[in-house]
Amino acid sequence: MDKARLVRIVALAALVSLGVASCAQQGNQATRNDNGTDSGNDTVVVEPDPAPEVPADAALPAGDGKAQCAKGTSIAYIGTIAGAAAALGQNILWGVRLAVKEHNEANPGCQVTLKEFDSEGSPDKAPAVVTQAINDPSILGVVGLPFSGESKAVGKAFHDAGLAQITPAATNPNLSKNGWKTFFRGLGNDSDQAPAVASFISDTLKAESVCVVRDDSEYGIGLAELTTEALGDKVVCEPEIKTGQKEFSAVVGEITSADPDAVFFSGYYPEGAPFAQQLRDAGYEGALVAPDGVRDAEYVKNAGEAAEGTYLSCPCLPSAGFEEFSKAYQELSDREPSTYSPEGYDATTILLKAIDAGNDDRASVLEFVRNYDGQGLTKHFKWDANGELEETPVWMYIVKNGEIVHLKDMGSGT
Amino acid sequence: MTAQPTSNANVPFGQRLRDWWNSRSRFEQWACIIPVVVFVYLLPYLNFFPLSTEPWTDYELALFNAARLGLIALGLNVVLGQAGLLDLGYVGFFAIGAYVAAIMTSPDSFLDNPDYSWFVVVPVAMVITMISGIVIGTPTLRLRGDYLAIVTLGFGEMVRLLADNIDPLRGNRGFQEVGRPPGTYADGSPIFTQTDGKPWYWLTITCIIVVLVLVGNLERSRVGRAWVAIREDEDAAELMGVPTFRFKVWAFVIGAAVGGLSGVLYAGQIGFVNNQRFDVVTSILFVAAVVLGGSGNKLGVLLGALVISYVPDRLQLAPEYRFLFFGLALMVLMVFRPQGLLGARQRLLARGRQAYVRLVGRPEQVGTESALTDSGSGVGS
Amino acid sequence: MDLPLLLNFVATVIQASGGSIDFNTQLLAERFWANTIDGLAYGSIYALVAIGYTLVYGVLKLINFAHSEVFIVGAFGAYATFVMLGYQPGVTLETGLGPLIANLTLAGLVAMLCSAATAFLLERVAYRPLRRRNAPRLVFLITAIGASFAIQQFFLIWRGGNPEPSIRLLRPEAVFEFENARITQIQIIVFVAAIVLLLVADTFVNRTRLGRGLRAVAQDPDTAALMGVNQERVIMLTFALGGLLAGAAALFYIMQIPQGVLYNGGFILGIKAFTAAVLGGIGNLRGAVLGGLLLGVVENYGQTLFGGEWRDVVAFVVLIAVLMVRPTGILGESLGKARV
Repeated sequence: MDKARLVRIVALAALVSLGVASCAQQGNQATRNDNGTDSGNDTVVVEPDPAPEVPADAALPAGDGKAQCAKGTSIAYIGTIAGAAAALGQNILWGVRLAVKEHNEANPGCQVTLKEFDSEGSPDKAPAVVTQAINDPSILGVVGLPFSGESKAVGKAFHDAGLAQITPAATNPNLSKNGWKTFFRGLGNDSDQAPAVASFISDTLKAESVCVVRDDSEYGIGLAELTTEALGDKVVCEPEIKTGQKEFSAVVGEITSADPDAVFFSGYYPEGAPFAQQLRDAGYEGALVAPDGVRDAEYVKNAGEAAEGTYLSCPCLPSAGFEEFSKAYQELSDREPSTYSPEGYDATTILLKAIDAGNDDRASVLEFVRNYDGQGLTKHFKWDANGELEETPVWMYIVKNGEIVHLKDMGSGT
Repeated sequence: MTAQPTSNANVPFGQRLRDWWNSRSRFEQWACIIPVVVFVYLLPYLNFFPLSTEPWTDYELALFNAARLGLIALGLNVVLGQAGLLDLGYVGFFAIGAYVAAIMTSPDSFLDNPDYSWFVVVPVAMVITMISGIVIGTPTLRLRGDYLAIVTLGFGEMVRLLADNIDPLRGNRGFQEVGRPPGTYADGSPIFTQTDGKPWYWLTITCIIVVLVLVGNLERSRVGRAWVAIREDEDAAELMGVPTFRFKVWAFVIGAAVGGLSGVLYAGQIGFVNNQRFDVVTSILFVAAVVLGGSGNKLGVLLGALVISYVPDRLQLAPEYRFLFFGLALMVLMVFRPQGLLGARQRLLARGRQAYVRLVGRPEQVGTESALTDSGSGVGS
Repeated sequence: MDLPLLLNFVATVIQASGGSIDFNTQLLAERFWANTIDGLAYGSIYALVAIGYTLVYGVLKLINFAHSEVFIVGAFGAYATFVMLGYQPGVTLETGLGPLIANLTLAGLVAMLCSAATAFLLERVAYRPLRRRNAPRLVFLITAIGASFAIQQFFLIWRGGNPEPSIRLLRPEAVFEFENARITQIQIIVFVAAIVLLLVADTFVNRTRLGRGLRAVAQDPDTAALMGVNQERVIMLTFALGGLLAGAAALFYIMQIPQGVLYNGGFILGIKAFTAAVLGGIGNLRGAVLGGLLLGVVENYGQTLFGGEWRDVVAFVVLIAVLMVRPTGILGESLGKARV
């Protein structure tokens, strides 16, 4: 009797799957037709601005080749190397390595050592490695730390040690409000980026309703709050996601129910890619906008065709114009320069300039950085009293044919 | 019974050492312990070749982290080693301690005037974690074995998720400038800072010694005997009139208090608390420290904590390979030493030992058999 | 009974009473069926992985903590198969139905073999030496953690910290709509295939000679040995079977979530699957299936109701609530009980 029941069940299952297969065939055609008529209906076409060239007066690490400095002079990179979101750390680290290499090749009289410390991207590991860097008197300046959370945990320690710290990636606005005299941000912060994103969404894309998706990071929450504020009552839903999440059916459902004109995803690429794919799979056809945390080749690779047409904001300049940099970077690291590679390179250049100028202790390097006023690869570097840049360009990018290409100059913040 | 203990050709060295130790009087044992303690206190000054973790990471902070894990392992040992309750969510108590400290001292807190002294924070944090131990323990401790494991894991995760989801707890953004113990040097600079590991290390070692003494006394009391009875056979204990549930909650609460204390120390040293370090992996590393060192053996779990925390720092392997090595080492160690580095032992108390030596004429034979070495009812029992 | 309507009613009641957490019952009512269907498709993956936990637990009484890595090795296996078949990351290739089925089946078989081999190896390296030494049960947990760490780190070093670029053999498209829930062909394939596999596994354990041996060892290892059951073979079989199902689950997982091929991609899923196994009654095959499906569905309701960030909280609350009422899970521990 049991055997008979089992046979019946298996037969039933087979029948069901057969039926499904035939349905699937019909369904495929139906939806494909839908896509054909719907696509391109209300998409706004944005004309791209030209990419900036390398500024003629950009400071390069090589300098004039006559620099002299003491043997053993070092700078440090502190940030994730093998830990969380290691790809971002690697982007920066190779930029730093490239700058130091170019400097040392051009300046036989001044060989600067690069010391690398892995903070694993965690506020918990960072203090011990930062202490180690601080206790090493040969280190005169630091590039790092890339993430806002870990920067928050150790900023005070740098301040107490008087060791200059240029972050190439941490964009939380509050970091500069702690009175740390050693904190310098090598790029615009989220309060520069958020208004740019908001104005792009409402003015350029002419969206009337927006869903702002936030992750649970310092960065994602801060950026989402500022953007929501700037968008005002256009925000129709605010779903939250978690770092490490891969399955977004509920969030996607909430969005498709609200059916907004645009979705702003405030988070990083590891969650951004599956989110974009599942959002598109669910048939959502409005605009998708995401910040610099998503602007990475990994995003395009992972989201595949779903990434197509995603608008990406970034307080970084397109590196399309930086041909020599890109070539040298690729030769050294065997990979394309990506998000924050030029920023890491620029930050290192400034520290190297300080050393080349004959500064041989932390106090004078710090003073040099504080008073620095010069053009870099990515932007003009001049810091205000809090360590924020006075001029912070924000650019919009778009994913086109599997490449991130620059789209629009959103102007400079204050 | 006929074998002469003096003909020790076939007695392993460890056994001889233990026998020698067990036949000392309480006073002689103390005399041996004191130099060891002094040595432990002096460790931060031995920052050179065989011990130093530099230039990879700061030596004193590495010592502090090891000591902190040691304290946690001691607390978990009460739950896991003494009472035999597999708690995979111990990190929850650690998190609660850290969060209480953060809420009471950080300017980011929702409290009006979050400026309590550290000496107020410690007892409050411990009491709150103890209460949470009761809250979590009461519904869960009726479950047995692996069910308890998964439910505690769930509770541990829930503490973290609540910290993430409830707005005043600030999720990933966290609390900055968490309070530290008061005290300044002669020149007015604070003793306890984020970057100087020495005072933290000494403070933690002191906490460990206090906890060792307290828990040691508890173990020798009625409570401790009840725990052992529960661990060895819960049904039998219940039948013999041990109120098992109550003693299990007790174990949970005492373990929680120690976890809370280490949470406060952690929050103070880092100066920053957010929800990132209280995940399942951390919780499991705690369990690993206890089991690796020898569940039920206080000295063993301290050693286990040292292995889990200090050894990866000391090895200074390329960061990429550290955890691979760690995982393999964990496997190999456990395969060759399943009872842990120092296994749990049942032994008589000081007076009992003296009586044993007098009556039998040789030191007490300490076995390593206990319920912890039983494979349960599965294959191989 | 019209469930969405009922929920709407509940919504008004709750909102009238004024809850502190933001209950979005309106949305739940609207998306009730969509949630159920998504939940079943995702839950069937939990169920397949949960069986691995349950089988090993039933026979050895140990939590195979490294089972999540058994699963992720399968995912890497399936992914490698895709690459070898010439699929590229990015655009979804349009192939005919025939080659598609053949390719998916091939990838599934490779994944199953990879996972089974991993499980097998794990048993040999991490568990068998301990069994020989009669080690305490907790120690198995620690070696499992060690193995889990080692496998994860091996993939981290080899493949890097980013997920593999997603490869999709077919794009999810709605086959039909049911009460405004889109049901995609992937969901149907996954659900049906999972159910068939679960039936096969159930039949294997409950009807075949080898399965009987397995149940015998689970019930009483010593007596089973005396009756001529080869324990070591049964244990190997247990791990292999769990591995095979985990491999299949891995294929279904990356069909639904192509970005899931990541060194630590199995960890959370493993914990969820273990939760599912306990929920249904660990050691009980059908319990694992029930637990998996239930967890998938309930999680989805929960996150629609309270917001995505409460998803895991809901899962654990349900687990704790069920264990309070039924301390050995919904169906109880019954792998060992020789019910025919």
